[in-house]
Amino acid sequence: MSGGFISRGFRGRRRRAEGDVRVPPGQYLVEGFPVLSAGPTPRTPLAEWSLTIEGEVDGPRTWSWEEFRALPSEEVTRDIHCVTKWSKLGTTWEGVSVDTLLEGVDSAAEYMVAYSDGGYTTNLPLEGVTGGKAWVAHTYEGEPLSPEHGGPARLLVPHLYFWKSAKWVRGLRLVTEDEPGFWESLGYHNQGDPWREQRYWGD
Amino acid sequence: MISVASGPRKLAWRIGEVVETSPDTPRTKSLFLEIPGWEGHRAGQHIDVRLTAEDGYQAQRSYSIASAPEDGTVELLVERLDDGEVSPYLTDEIRVGDGLELRGPIGGWFAWEAREGGPLLLVAGGSGIAPLMAMIRHRKAAGNDTPVRLLYSSRSYEEIIFREELEALAAEDTALEIIHTLTRSAPPKWEGYHRRIDAEMLAEIAPAAEEGPLAFVCGPTPLVETVATDLVGLGHEPSRVKTERFGPTGG
Amino acid sequence: MDEHRLDGNAAGGILGEVFTFEMTTARAACAHCGATGPLGSSMAYVSEIGTVVRCAACDNALIRVVRQDEGPARYWLDLRGVEYLQLE
Repeated sequence: MSGGFISRGFRGRRRRAEGDVRVPPGQYLVEGFPVLSAGPTPRTPLAEWSLTIEGEVDGPRTWSWEEFRALPSEEVTRDIHCVTKWSKLGTTWEGVSVDTLLEGVDSAAEYMVAYSDGGYTTNLPLEGVTGGKAWVAHTYEGEPLSPEHGGPARLLVPHLYFWKSAKWVRGLRLVTEDEPGFWESLGYHNQGDPWREQRYWGD
Repeated sequence: MISVASGPRKLAWRIGEVVETSPDTPRTKSLFLEIPGWEGHRAGQHIDVRLTAEDGYQAQRSYSIASAPEDGTVELLVERLDDGEVSPYLTDEIRVGDGLELRGPIGGWFAWEAREGGPLLLVAGGSGIAPLMAMIRHRKAAGNDTPVRLLYSSRSYEEIIFREELEALAAEDTALEIIHTLTRSAPPKWEGYHRRIDAEMLAEIAPAAEEGPLAFVCGPTPLVETVATDLVGLGHEPSRVKTERFGPTGG
Repeated sequence: MDEHRLDGNAAGGILGEVFTFEMTTARAACAHCGATGPLGSSMAYVSEIGTVVRCAACDNALIRVVRQDEGPARYWLDLRGVEYLQLE
């Protein structure tokens, strides 16, 4: 800990957003779109890309990129909140609702694990990603999602801290028992609700 | 300089004081620090700097130490990145007498001591000269004659950091060779290289792989990866090519 | 080329908070591919969310560290990716 040392004249570029009801406790606003990397950026060619629903399901289903893009997409504008304390307001995405992907899937699972190229995983309760709360997004601000922000497609779960919005997502595995993911197994909160400041274990 | 036996210890944050600042080039500045209880460093090591705003917001960056262990103060070379958060503070705002929170020295891997010998091949891009300058200064301070070749890539002649000091050092030392390349503009009558570092240039400059040189490469990630790949391609032992990437957010 | 990849050296700060030994010269063996080398020659991905040190040969996560800054300082350390660490 710094013992209270203040760097004279340092303000930083982020802004406290006290009083702004759109910003969860402890967060700062940013204009840019920070990139946090835990590994190399995968660059899977679209011809080799697919999205799979598997696990506790009657039968796995897989879409090629073209099949995935033929599914109905929705445009959503949401605020996003990173556990490292930046928030970005009014981001616009296009993607396929997880409701659409799970349509007709018969499963007793209550949880899912999203998994990505490069080995990243994150866990979510199914009720947190259904009912219009999550998408597999392919477009950001009108442009194809860039690799550094998770393209060709990433999970988008804007009501939770943004590590839950897995970049480079390739599949959703439905499970009956919750399985902590890459960060959830190393100190980060299992649910990650920014409005309850669920950053770390025990928060 | 007091040398303390370096038993195992954990890194802790502490406050250094800025005792001098000096502009190097239009985009870089050196900060000279006095750090109470400083145990000394090895040439090539870095420190972490942490800035704290009044509202508690913190930003942290790593900076290589440019001074020799033998120098009285610790010199940090800071390149100002216009869209950066930490570097504009360090180049424009901080002044003599201010405290700077830091910890270090860090990183025994990318480090060189004169007694380790060489020959040395140093390859720098822009402000990546900092840890290599520490090695060059350390070599001189230690009265060491290890053969050194520095290949230094800068955008323009005006942006060559430590240019005059490097010229003076090379003028009095036949075992220290300095080769510049300029990637953007070059002055009239410039006879040196005028392009990015490539395999052909490295083949001309680097000591032969059979001489077993120890290479230190520091600068922007694309330069470091190109140089490391090319040196290995020229037959250099990968474990003797040490790299320090500055990454996308040095700022 | 990956712009966000740094050298293992860049993880020296946070590893130095946890270990008393110099960690960038510590030798690690990758539990996935068996490659060995000093951590300084591995790859590091450093961000405010955490630090991940990866094998330069196969990208396997050798070491993961998360630090909780606020409240009582807490660290989480995952060493499952290394077969062994040799500290000096």
